[in-house]
Amino acid sequence: MTFTRPKFRHPDLPPNALGYTRRDYEGALSTLCAGCGHDSISNAIIQACYELPLEPHRVVKMSGIGCSSKTPAYFLGRSHGFNSVHGRMPAIATGANMANRDLLYLGVSGDGDTASIGLGQFTHVVRRNLNMVYIVMNNGCYGLTKGQDSATADRGSTSKKGAPNLFESIDLCELAIQLGAGFVARGFSGDKIQLVPLLKAAMSHKGFSLVDVISPCVTFNNTNASTKSYQYVRDHAEATGTLDFIPLRQEITTEYQEGSTQEVPLHDGSVIYLYKGEGARDITNRRAAMDSLESHRVESRIMTGILYFQEGIEDTHEMIKTSQQPLNALQQEDLCPGNAALQQLMEGYR
Amino acid sequence: MEKIISINDCVIRFANVNGSGSASANNLFAKAVFRLGVPVSPKNIFPSNIQGLPTWYEVRVNEHGYLGRRGGADLIVAINGQTLRQDYDEVLPGGYFLFDSTRPLPDDFSRTDITVIAIPLTELCNREIDNPRLRQLLKNIVYVGALAHLLDMGLEVFIDSLQKQFRKKPQLAEPNIKALEIGYTYAKDHYPGACLLSIKKSDRAGNAILMDGNSALALGAVYAGATVAGWYPITPSTSVIEAFDKFTKKFRLEPESERRRAAIIQAEDELAAIGMVIGAAWNGARSFTATSGPGLSLMSEFLGLAYFAEIPVLLVDVQRAGPSTGMPTRTQQSDILAAAYASHGDTRHVLLFPCDPKECFDMMADGFDLAERLQTPVIIMSDLDLGMNDHISAPLAWDDDRRYDRGKVLTASELDGLKDWGRYRDVDGDGIGVRTIPGIHPTKGSYFTRGSSHNEYSAYTEDGATYERGMLRLLTKWETARGLVPRPHEKIAAPDTRIGVIFFGTSTHAAYEAIDILQKQGLSINSLRLRAFPFQQEVIDFINRHETVLVIEQNRDAQMRKLLLAESEIPASKLVPILHFDGLPITAQFIAERIRQALAARKSEIKGGSL
Ligand SMILES: Cc1ncc(C[n+]2csc(CCOP(=O)(O)OP(=O)(O)O)c2C)c(N)n1
Ligand code: SF4
Ligand SMILES: [Mg+2]
Repeated sequence: MTFTRPKFRHPDLPPNALGYTRRDYEGALSTLCAGCGHDSISNAIIQACYELPLEPHRVVKMSGIGCSSKTPAYFLGRSHGFNSVHGRMPAIATGANMANRDLLYLGVSGDGDTASIGLGQFTHVVRRNLNMVYIVMNNGCYGLTKGQDSATADRGSTSKKGAPNLFESIDLCELAIQLGAGFVARGFSGDKIQLVPLLKAAMSHKGFSLVDVISPCVTFNNTNASTKSYQYVRDHAEATGTLDFIPLRQEITTEYQEGSTQEVPLHDGSVIYLYKGEGARDITNRRAAMDSLESHRVESRIMTGILYFQEGIEDTHEMIKTSQQPLNALQQEDLCPGNAALQQLMEGYR
Repeated sequence: MEKIISINDCVIRFANVNGSGSASANNLFAKAVFRLGVPVSPKNIFPSNIQGLPTWYEVRVNEHGYLGRRGGADLIVAINGQTLRQDYDEVLPGGYFLFDSTRPLPDDFSRTDITVIAIPLTELCNREIDNPRLRQLLKNIVYVGALAHLLDMGLEVFIDSLQKQFRKKPQLAEPNIKALEIGYTYAKDHYPGACLLSIKKSDRAGNAILMDGNSALALGAVYAGATVAGWYPITPSTSVIEAFDKFTKKFRLEPESERRRAAIIQAEDELAAIGMVIGAAWNGARSFTATSGPGLSLMSEFLGLAYFAEIPVLLVDVQRAGPSTGMPTRTQQSDILAAAYASHGDTRHVLLFPCDPKECFDMMADGFDLAERLQTPVIIMSDLDLGMNDHISAPLAWDDDRRYDRGKVLTASELDGLKDWGRYRDVDGDGIGVRTIPGIHPTKGSYFTRGSSHNEYSAYTEDGATYERGMLRLLTKWETARGLVPRPHEKIAAPDTRIGVIFFGTSTHAAYEAIDILQKQGLSINSLRLRAFPFQQEVIDFINRHETVLVIEQNRDAQMRKLLLAESEIPASKLVPILHFDGLPITAQFIAERIRQALAARKSEIKGGSL
């Protein structure tokens, strides 16, 4: 057991534009294993919220069950959190979002939580394009129940248990793109430089954002023969292009050379600048995104970065045309039609 | 042959083919009886099928206002060839059999104890109605027209109803009225005075309404301020949400934008449906779902979470015949135990038992108040009979002075002044903590909700003593619930009688009628109608005051009796089960007969000295 954030770690970091220090975004001390990828993701979430910046109390953290789903206790201590039941975070997030459309919903899940028991809920929350950020801490195994293979474990990948996984794996990113998600990214818990802007972009996107983060389980699935080990991912990861995320209020200080970057504007005025490497592709092209994922898969390479991006897809509230006001703010006067209307209605039942 | 003679007291059964458009004609008939001021109680007996299988619609007409199912049929309108024989055989001796004589009855239909009324419905329609697409539908209206004559009801009330129904499309009323007249005239010309059943104008219906329980529940949700509904289609609960959809379109659209002050999400399954309700309730919106047995089973893990994390959800269970898929279009009260203790671990839930549409409406409003006051799930236990059939009921009413009880929720300004707040601290001694809603205060009141064990400050704990404290506090809350849930209705026939009955929900009307039947035979019985779980002391007192208490319910396993025994110190021998579970609504005759039998058996037992 480690305590990842000793008190002396960030003594003098300046407050952000909203006046919050980084510590305002921290949570309770982690009880995960030392070196667990999930802790690095928690740190990246803290960093992203601090940098963006977000008001902590306007963020809601939600999760299912698993080591990964415990992490919301370890970041954003000033936000309300809801650790629900195994695989059902999307339903809780959907209901919460229906009640108040104005908060940022940050869902955290594991690969077991999402790709097995919760696969149904996952696919449907994508289809409905719920306005939320959905982070999968993907370690290819069930950490909390001691290392069984999960549905994202690659075929042949071998965990500490020693037997190669027999079954085909589920690629959550590919699934999400196929189901119409507007923001799909893959990160690696060991690459904070990439992960923080990915998270910031996901948090700024309106609609469903999936960030699938490969997050090694040091205790059960960090073997030489595992495709979710630190070493394997370092050796096989390939970024779609490094990126900068420039929030709306922030001045652009870097000079972006013509042709070297793809500029992707977001609904709130923020901009993602993607540095195109060799063979870079347009991340707003859905077919190309699927192709690319497939070819990487065949070649056993792991594609990271923003895999697909599309602004302007209607979210659930827009699809079903709910009030612009948060439903939980409506008062009895707004909701109850009163007895006169009821008595008039009764005439139809006589 | 002695014909059955009656005024405003009969059962008329329609035998139709599912999906043939008979429902609206049959409804028209029932409504006409009601509009003549005569209490009426129609029951759909329908298959789990969209088209083709037999379906029956049974209308009980009763001047005295007995609204339970009576059983037996005085007049059967037999439109379904598949069941012709069965329907013919089931007419009560002295009764009447109306059929489509376009095809004559087979020779072996030779009863001499009934009156056969032959009306060539198909032939009449083919001859008189030009539009071939309308013929099939209007055939149903033609028999309604014939009934208008046979039962002395006159055409006026039917024509009125049709004009009202087609107010916006008068051109549709016209062929319907014509069809009515065709049937009426045919019956008048060929069967004058043949039928000695009649339905005469009366004033017994008062200002009552005729409504299905599911619509009343939906209206209750609108009036109680529900804004979020997650659901998954299942008979017989679907129409709760369909009605909520309809009523929120009527009452909750914002004037210009046409945006709705409600979010209704058809979920991928019932797990998701209840999850959405929990998420929304946690986030401060009144939210609910409606389901039936199979859905309740799927929801149980989440119900445990809502119980333990203390989230105010409202769940409607419109019960149907189980187990498993069971008889999905037949009624039962067989989810009592599954609902009371839904979920693993030590879990228990507040249940409400409405018996008519008015109570559906009231209990929906009360249910939301209770859920938020108690911060726990409240389950409304309706059933198919109440939910999908029309019932006579006192009109729904809303008290404009009534304010929603949102329970203990801190506002931003209350949070400002707050020092030591813990989500699960029992500051008032009623077992109920104080909630906060996300997003309202920048620095105070956030907490981490979890289904794992937690201390008073909602922090994770595996400390046994802390866990026990929390579990015991939930029991304190249970006692608070006992004081808040709707009280039972007691009717004392004779203070000194030693016999009592207990019933609830849709057994109510048949039970009261059975009590009257037995009273006429000289047997006085006191009654108590349960309206909620947990049971109040007065329920236990009622049982203790009587020597024998019969518990009437519509399931095989005497679930309410078991619940009463589990939740009290009553000796089991005191409670005698009266059980009905064939899937059709329970009847007064059945109850009266079983009570007589049970009491006779008891008497001989006592004589034999075994008690
Ligand atoms: C209904 C139910 N079934 C099983 C479990 C046991 N369980 C807890 S966590 C878990 C797997 C978690 O795996 P994952 O989501 O990948 O999270 P990780 O621990 O790997 O981060 C399981 C099966 C449970 N809590 N609930
Ligand atoms: S078991 Fe694996 S996933 Fe769980 S905390 Fe330890 S390293 Fe992380
Ligand atoms: Mg995992």
